[in-house]
Amino acid sequence: MIRSVPRSRLFDGLYLAYLVAFFVYLALPLLVTAAFAFNDSPFPSLPWKGFTLDWYLADGSAGRTGLFHDDGLLRSLWVSGKIAFWVTLFSVALGCVNAVLFERLQFRGKEFLYVLMLLPLVIPGVILGVSILVFYSGMANDASAAWGIELDLFRPGLTLVVMGQVTFIATLSTLVIAARLRKFDPQLEEAALNLGATPLVAWFTVTLPWLLPSIFGAAAMAFLMSFENFNTTVMLTGSDTPLTVALFNRLREGSTPVLNAVALLLMVLSALLAMLVIKRPRS
Amino acid sequence: MKPAANRLSLWLLLTPFLLWIVLLVLLPHLQMLRVSLQVRESWDTLEWGLQQYQNFFTESYYWRTFLRTGAMSLFTTFLTLIIAFPIAWYIARLARGRSKSVLFLACLIPFWASELVRTYGWMILLRESGLFSSWLQALGWVDGPVEMLYNDVAVIIGLVYNALLFMVVPLVTTLDGMDENLVEAGYDLGGGHGTVLREIVVPWAMPGIVSGCIVVFMLTLGSYLTPVLMGGKDSAWFTQQIFTQFITRFNWEQGAALGVLLLVLSSVIVWLGLKVSGQSLRKVMG
Repeated sequence: MIRSVPRSRLFDGLYLAYLVAFFVYLALPLLVTAAFAFNDSPFPSLPWKGFTLDWYLADGSAGRTGLFHDDGLLRSLWVSGKIAFWVTLFSVALGCVNAVLFERLQFRGKEFLYVLMLLPLVIPGVILGVSILVFYSGMANDASAAWGIELDLFRPGLTLVVMGQVTFIATLSTLVIAARLRKFDPQLEEAALNLGATPLVAWFTVTLPWLLPSIFGAAAMAFLMSFENFNTTVMLTGSDTPLTVALFNRLREGSTPVLNAVALLLMVLSALLAMLVIKRPRS
Repeated sequence: MKPAANRLSLWLLLTPFLLWIVLLVLLPHLQMLRVSLQVRESWDTLEWGLQQYQNFFTESYYWRTFLRTGAMSLFTTFLTLIIAFPIAWYIARLARGRSKSVLFLACLIPFWASELVRTYGWMILLRESGLFSSWLQALGWVDGPVEMLYNDVAVIIGLVYNALLFMVVPLVTTLDGMDENLVEAGYDLGGGHGTVLREIVVPWAMPGIVSGCIVVFMLTLGSYLTPVLMGGKDSAWFTQQIFTQFITRFNWEQGAALGVLLLVLSSVIVWLGLKVSGQSLRKVMG
């Protein structure tokens, strides 16, 4: 079934039909979600009652509150942004350090540590969240009960959410950056050292620029993964709910087109972010 | 560089890694294991014991959900592989030039939306007042609204949808590197489609198949949103029970025990998958 092996017309036709069906299956839920963000009806369902921007712009005076006037959702958007910022920072920094550690240095027990590094990928996200909750929040409880010390930092909230997400996002960014570092020609760095650069200067002027595309890629991925994460986040969140958790709570109360409006906004933002990374000229 | 400087740079690089692995992965999981083995006698006394694990085996609701979740995750993984393989094959071997990269990117597009958004999309399509129901009525095929949400089929549709990307990408990567001469040789030696697929293509794609299956199984087993939002009253998912113990009942000991059991199930299946296919975690993930 490769190009050089003859195929029957019927087979080709069936194969094409399958491809089309597959991509319809992929696109349909998203197209539908996007379309109902503009339907002039209080329920995201047929019949189509005309085009409106109310679900973005309405200020609540006519019984409809659009996304841009919905304080609860806007606040959770801001919370998610803050979390994603810190997660990206920590994950990418850890990813750079780990990549150098595993690609450049030789030391005893490296294989074992590498497997440990991969471990967060094979632990379900809910478990990552639960274990961090049990350890840190339990510690805060014990400290409070035994010595009266309040470790509010380790109560469910932003810090714990950031910690929970960094746990697995750092592994992913390590893999992305390490893959690029593997293709680096170490002779370039040696040349810099021969020409009189100190190791630190060589790193910042030769190696780091080479890694930059992968660092941007890892950062975009980390930001998106953090922004979209639910399973780990839901276990660790406190009173400041991030967007996915807030949306989930809304959805349980019943669906309104405002949810579609948020969904579409998220899709557009992540598409822009992905585009930015793909379009960057490769060096 | 001098050995001393070497040692120093090794420790400088090793420290953040160790902090991350020990503080965020190892210690929390050991603590979870410890809590799961503690029985609360009264509000402030704890004893070692297996009470929580006994509960799991005696309450049929727990272990039934556990088995159901495992079985449905395996089925979803298998279904995802079957659906994704022809697509990956087309992208890797039959499409050429521009259409190849366009099709590959098209596979990624749904994943610019979060799992919640994707699930919500399926809810809009499948529910009683949803699009499929309206379309069927408009076509005159059914008389009244049809509820297609809140059953196991809906859950599987949603789970497969969420998992496809993680199957297509590793499959395309391995199939891309395959030498077509091998396939031609297979046909020249008189093999039919089935033989060539079984003897040449599948063995070649094995690393991709295993890594795709492991990731998909893991994600499906640990998923929460899709089964909760799309499943019916009887289709509980194991993560949901863990969530209930922690968030609703504040029974951390029981929740931790259920968490350990889920972790054991997922580790055992991942390990079995690696053993049976003769792959290593490093090769499959890294």
